[in-house]
Amino acid sequence: MTAVTADTQEAYQAVFDAAVAADERIEPRDWMPEAYRASLVRQIAQHAHSEIIGMQPEANWITRAPSLRRKAILMAKVQDEAGHGLYLYSAAETLGVSRDELLDKLHSGRQKYSSIFNYPTLTWADVGAIGWLVDGAAITNQVPLCRCSYGPYARAMVRVCKEESFHQRQGYEALLALSRGTPEQHAMAQDAVNRWWWPSLMMFGPPDDESAHSAQSMAWKIKRHSNDELRQRFVDICVPQAEALGLTLPDPDLRWNEERGHYDFGAIDWTEFWEVLKGNGPCNEQRISQRRRAHEEGAWVREAAAAYAAKHEQRGRREEHGQREEHDRQAEHGEATA
Amino acid sequence: MTAPETTPTAIAAAIALGDDALVLSHRLGEWAGHAPVLEEEVALANIALDLLGQARVLLSLAGDEDELAYLREERAFRNVQLVEQPNGDFAHTIARQLYFSTYQRLMYGRLAAADAGDLSGLAAKAVKEVAYHQDHAEQWTLRLGDGTAESHERMQRACQALWRFTGELFQPVEGLDIDWHELEADWLTSVTALLERATLTVPDGPRSGAWSAGAGRQGLHTESFGRMLAEMQHLHRSHPGATW
Repeated sequence: MTAVTADTQEAYQAVFDAAVAADERIEPRDWMPEAYRASLVRQIAQHAHSEIIGMQPEANWITRAPSLRRKAILMAKVQDEAGHGLYLYSAAETLGVSRDELLDKLHSGRQKYSSIFNYPTLTWADVGAIGWLVDGAAITNQVPLCRCSYGPYARAMVRVCKEESFHQRQGYEALLALSRGTPEQHAMAQDAVNRWWWPSLMMFGPPDDESAHSAQSMAWKIKRHSNDELRQRFVDICVPQAEALGLTLPDPDLRWNEERGHYDFGAIDWTEFWEVLKGNGPCNEQRISQRRRAHEEGAWVREAAAAYAAKHEQRGRREEHGQREEHDRQAEHGEATA
Repeated sequence: MTAPETTPTAIAAAIALGDDALVLSHRLGEWAGHAPVLEEEVALANIALDLLGQARVLLSLAGDEDELAYLREERAFRNVQLVEQPNGDFAHTIARQLYFSTYQRLMYGRLAAADAGDLSGLAAKAVKEVAYHQDHAEQWTLRLGDGTAESHERMQRACQALWRFTGELFQPVEGLDIDWHELEADWLTSVTALLERATLTVPDGPRSGAWSAGAGRQGLHTESFGRMLAEMQHLHRSHPGATW
């Protein structure tokens, strides 16, 4: 192994910088700065964890879904989320970490997941509100990630976004059915939107001047837009959608600003945001305990699969060996045909 | 052209098979977010969705799917008791899947091959799905049976515990022209061979008792079933006449 001199390090860095500047994709075997690798591992892992933890608030309603059609849609959605988690762990693994290692960090609280999943799903309408608002915010965040500088992450995002858009439309449609349903259903929908609106705006992260990773991520073209830009884009999209739904958004300061060409909106409760992030949200403890429990209670199943695979592989090798000997024997006796 | 009328016996068959699929799908749905490994989150949800799809087609042959699913009480459900059994541990769920998917595959195979009238279309589609379900259950039975000492023990216990609910699978269902004795013999052959390959002992207890010999098909269920329905139906029942 040759030592990397300062000169070669600089040369590698120059190639990397040029690739990023030219909007080329960085691939797993390319040289990349350690901080770029670490930042991507953090972001992709957090994204994967969010898919996995995000299954819980919705799965909470699978057994109570009010029609078989809605039940099928919800089951398919939760299944897709597990699939997205799998793509994203694979993308993270191209950076030299293992899924087990990342899960371990999730379970021990050393890596985070989206703060939104620490809120409870209290009524059926929450499932619709999550589809519309939470998936909507996720899509607003993720569509620009399809052009992220790291190839495997960008490609995972293309697949994830297609499925997410589908879920979002289904969530919107579920909410529309409630809003146009009985007065009780309408009230249920409005209550859900009231509870999910602000947490959804928090999904874009802290304001730009308090976002620790933003500037560097944008320079590396991992991120393409700032938190506040994306949040504004989301609000602008949601207001007319809420009108079409016949539901209001719980913000008295929300109004169109002709000059800016955007909606102005009220102040986010950043104290709540930081509390939830620190682990003090309504469901933090419950979400992580359930995840840990599923993992721990499943340990014997994973051990069984590994033990079986090991035995089977040994047997396979013995059989292969036996077949080879038989083949050699036949060849010696001129029995083998071409 | 008008759709051919569904005969009363075909309705009875559609309800029996539809209830089986509906109830098992519900039980598998309870696994979401609790599976031992992510790949199983995907697989169990996949199987649950296939079954729910079957249930919707079958119940729609008999009437309104939501009315039938959400507004009948437990004495009116016609599913076998096997599918309503609680999930238990992963081995318990897999044993239930093994017994039931083997039954479904043999049954739908026969219905798809013969002219099953109103059920022909469903049988042709279902036979492909249940082949996957059976393969999944068999692969896990092998892994757990022939895995570690603990997994072997758990799988053996699960196979034993559910054995007494398997006789009911072969109680003739009104409206299905099937040789039930032959179906049962084929099921026993298939399950026995697989359990032996998995280094498991074929359970030796009775395969039915006074309470499980055709009881589910007659609307007599086990105690946990009522609680399952309470959870499944409560929201729908709380909003009479609403659409979702």
